[in-house]
Amino acid sequence: MIDADRIGRSFRVRGRAVHAVRDLSFHVGAGEFVGCLGPNGAGKSTTIKMLTGILAPTSGRVTVAGLDPSRRRTAVAREIGVVFGQRTTLWWDLPLRDSFQLVRLLYKVDRVRFRERLDEMTDRLGLGDFLGTPVRQLSLGQRMRGDITAALLHDPSVLVLDEPTIGLDIVSKSEVRAFLRELNTERGTTVLLTTHDLGDIERLCRRVMLIDHGRLAFDGTVEELRATVPGEASIEDVVAHLYLRSPAPRTPPPRPGEDPPIATA
Amino acid sequence: MPTIHRRFLAESHYLSLYAQLVGYGFRKHATYWGAAAAGAFTNTVFGVLRAYVLIALWRARPGLGGYDVTDAVTFCFLTQAYIGPMQVFGGGLEITQRIRTGDIALDLVRPAPLIFWSLSEDLGRAGYLFLARSLPPTVVGALLFGITFPSDAAVWPAFAVSFALGVVISFGWRYIVALAICWLRDDRGIAVMSLVLTTFFSGLMLPLTIFPGRLGTLARALPWSAMVQVPADVFLGKAGIPGALGFQALWAAVLLALGALLTRAARRKVVVDGG
Amino acid sequence: MRVYLLLIWTWTRAAARYPASFTLMTIGGCVAAGLDVAVIWIIFHNTTTLGGFDLPEVMFLYGSAGLSFSVADLLFGNADRISQHIKAGTFDGMLIRPVGTFVQVAADRFTPHRAGRALQAAVVLAVALARLDVPATRAWMIPVMVVSGIVISTSIWALGGAAQFLLTDAPEVANAFTYGGATLTQYPLSVYGADLVRGVTYVLPLAFVNWQPGLFVLDRDDPLGLPYWLRFLSPAAAAALALVAVYAWRSGVRRYRSTGS
Repeated sequence: MIDADRIGRSFRVRGRAVHAVRDLSFHVGAGEFVGCLGPNGAGKSTTIKMLTGILAPTSGRVTVAGLDPSRRRTAVAREIGVVFGQRTTLWWDLPLRDSFQLVRLLYKVDRVRFRERLDEMTDRLGLGDFLGTPVRQLSLGQRMRGDITAALLHDPSVLVLDEPTIGLDIVSKSEVRAFLRELNTERGTTVLLTTHDLGDIERLCRRVMLIDHGRLAFDGTVEELRATVPGEASIEDVVAHLYLRSPAPRTPPPRPGEDPPIATA
Repeated sequence: MPTIHRRFLAESHYLSLYAQLVGYGFRKHATYWGAAAAGAFTNTVFGVLRAYVLIALWRARPGLGGYDVTDAVTFCFLTQAYIGPMQVFGGGLEITQRIRTGDIALDLVRPAPLIFWSLSEDLGRAGYLFLARSLPPTVVGALLFGITFPSDAAVWPAFAVSFALGVVISFGWRYIVALAICWLRDDRGIAVMSLVLTTFFSGLMLPLTIFPGRLGTLARALPWSAMVQVPADVFLGKAGIPGALGFQALWAAVLLALGALLTRAARRKVVVDGG
Repeated sequence: MRVYLLLIWTWTRAAARYPASFTLMTIGGCVAAGLDVAVIWIIFHNTTTLGGFDLPEVMFLYGSAGLSFSVADLLFGNADRISQHIKAGTFDGMLIRPVGTFVQVAADRFTPHRAGRALQAAVVLAVALARLDVPATRAWMIPVMVVSGIVISTSIWALGGAAQFLLTDAPEVANAFTYGGATLTQYPLSVYGADLVRGVTYVLPLAFVNWQPGLFVLDRDDPLGLPYWLRFLSPAAAAALALVAVYAWRSGVRRYRSTGS
């Protein structure tokens, strides 16, 4: 579903090139549920932006559902749903219902399909009482459920979420998680999410990717992740250990076929 | 001690605070120099367009409204120069956003009165925009068309005072408009009305001196004329200085008093009734 | 275009939920536009001709330019909010939608209150035409010039928006061209300096919004003596500027996506 082939992204900051992502390669198959970890500034959000067509990679190639987002932005947009935890893609002054209506028009979802889908989603996410509330008056948990609904109204085959559980209380968090798990198992939607919350990883993701300094530092199952640091008790400790031991920005990237430096630890 | 004395001592205690706020307003706007440069460019372009129209009018009617062609061109570029510091198109106050987010409740319980707090910041903003947005159009106007400067040295300090009073009056009006949002659900309508009143009745579109009959008399008595027309007339030597400054001071006092009353009402509404 | 119309309809219904503000804005828009007429009225209260044109002729030029500009402003004027979208991060949200960014920016937070201005310009144009008595052999140009004018004004909005991809912190520069263009075309171009008129004829084709075709409708000599055939070039000028605008907007979006700023 998602193929990243040695993608890189650099920015010019005060005349100097800063590499946010370098030589990142991974493949996400249809129906997978993948979590993406990494410290602040590791390049997770930049990667998400390249997958969704917001940013074009400076090197390498990425495809989503066989399409290149930097060339075929609108075609990719139909295949993909995107949620940003830090900011809403809904319209601040409008009631949720109107926001969904605008999304329907943007994705050209026909009226009947839209009704069905919206009823189903509001039912599952318990949004029924807030449909008339302007987005700015929603709590963070309500808003996030609204954002997830908006991202799924056109029934995309891939859902990409950038920190969807950030700032949510325990109840909202577990509702969002339950919903995402059902979406993945029942509809077979491919899900890729970034997070700082290891609960998301443990409860949802069969597979974890750890991005650090713009590179893939680990890619495997949660059990494999745990096994990288023998004797460490909790997954927090394992990840903290990995963050601290991750390669410095200037070391050369691992060659294909060679073990990434951390996994050998 | 009589209340008035206690109030006065309390206020003078805040003077250094206000001075700091003026500096803060100045520095804050100085960081947006790109926006100020863009504003200066736009003000200059409009100044040139307006100048041509006024020149065409004064060619047809020399001496109209007591101005000659050079006076009219000077008037045009001076008024363009006021747009930035006097924020003729409205806004420029942080409290609008603070009211919308509800943070205004925090401001209203501070010991220093909100109106003086905002005024100090606004004076700093006006000071910076005077340098960044008033001087460029004036210089371009002088180079392209030639403008007249006061021959009497006494006019300069009078103009400085008149300009400063204009800023205070503009603040008083914008403060009232901003606080009105406490009672309205959506502020866009009142912003449009304020823009219309200010641009037309301040003299920004045409000098108020050529407005005919009663419309002219009315326009010259309203507070907006004290923002643009009066300081321009002081500069051009078309107005008696004591009368002009007195007129401005009166409107400044009235608007600030109204603003203080509204602040009290707003405090009651936001703090006591909880919004 | 269909998506665009459906979007603005949804926004219109949303705006109608705040009737007090909506009414004030509509009235404000009408009054603001009315003030431009008041300015012309005050000018003609003091003189009988401006730049060699009498009141009905000036009203005709004002009304036709005002109609073109205000229709473009109503439909696409929101394009000048692009720098706000970039700064607030909402532009990223538009890039994940399967619809062109220009349509999305133009439709975002659409309110119909600017229609008041278009209506007012149409009334002024009608009043002017009633007093001018233009024969059909020249009147056919009027719809042509209004439509060309809408295309030219829209292109200028798009160019102004595209410039904001570069000047994100200084969006006001675009106003000099968008609202500046609207102000310029309100009066006969003969009041302006010759160099300025050549500039808006050959560089930024504002003269084709109402001035050149207007001279044909009014059957007047060009006060600057520019070639007669320029009067028929409005559609060509509009098409050329539209192409430039499309290219500029696309370059702006491409630049945004390749610099991430």
